Amino acid sequence: MIAHTIFFYTFSLIAVFSSIMVIVSKNTVHSVFFLILDFISVSCLFIMIGAEFLGMIMLIVYVGAVAVLFLFVVMMLNVAQQKNQWFESRTGYSHMPIGLIVGLVILFELIIVVGGWKYKPNLISSSSININQEVTNTHSIGNVLYTDYIHLFQLSGIILLVAMIGAIVLTFRKRSGIKRQSYTKQISRERLESVQLVEVKTNEGVKIDD
Amino acid sequence: MKELKLMTEITLIHYLISGAIIFTIGVIGIFLNRKNVIVILMSIELILLAVNINLVSFSIFLNDLNGQIFTLFILTVAAAEAAIGLAIIVTYYRNAGTINVEDIRNLKG
Repeated sequence: MIAHTIFFYTFSLIAVFSSIMVIVSKNTVHSVFFLILDFISVSCLFIMIGAEFLGMIMLIVYVGAVAVLFLFVVMMLNVAQQKNQWFESRTGYSHMPIGLIVGLVILFELIIVVGGWKYKPNLISSSSININQEVTNTHSIGNVLYTDYIHLFQLSGIILLVAMIGAIVLTFRKRSGIKRQSYTKQISRERLESVQLVEVKTNEGVKIDD
Repeated sequence: MKELKLMTEITLIHYLISGAIIFTIGVIGIFLNRKNVIVILMSIELILLAVNINLVSFSIFLNDLNGQIFTLFILTVAAAEAAIGLAIIVTYYRNAGTINVEDIRNLKG
């Protein structure tokens, strides 16, 4: 139990610290690295309380894919070095107090909701799918995901497909001056427009236009 | 003594409060940022992460697997959102030459 406490405080303090660093550090690359640290510590929290599958998926998806994507975009757009602070706007820092007040109000509301809910005597017991302690976490998720939630699972696959196509369409651009293979052009070539009979005169040769 | 027990015995409340803190940090990052759109996207990722913490801790402490399934779907949507958002940023940078938040005011009229 004491080990659980120590690990919880360690990982959650690292998570909170690194999420603060994500929004305040000047260099965008450092922000991405702190985002990676944040994801790693939260996935350690998940593994610690018994959701091993989600912790591992979090590592693979977030650290392996999303954070690397962020890193690529930051390096591609060359916005890593910002000269001045991000929080400074054209009108100075006049937006800071109201933003901080709204954020702190949201935090206090959330904590009040959580704290009031603590004194409710009986917790909500809406367990439709109980966690079976005998099989592993991955096994039980697989049991449910491919049977009860199969439609949602396929729908999330469609979401990923649409996102992939959308990202490709958005970033694709035609450049002039680059020779590209076009299958439709190749297949629809006719003999009339590609072969030409030329009358060659003696001692003159043929001029071929490109 | 009771306070000490509250500190050392980790319950659902602790996880919910750490989720709430990360959520608020994400919201503040969206509000206060005036320069960089990519950091705003990262703040959105932080918010989704906080939601995932809440769902997973409820799922464990209420002994209900539904929360973990939902977290899996939220992960999917978050990955799709990050890909599309970054693609939009790249396209905008190509067209406008800047991704400063203050310079993006085409819709403001």
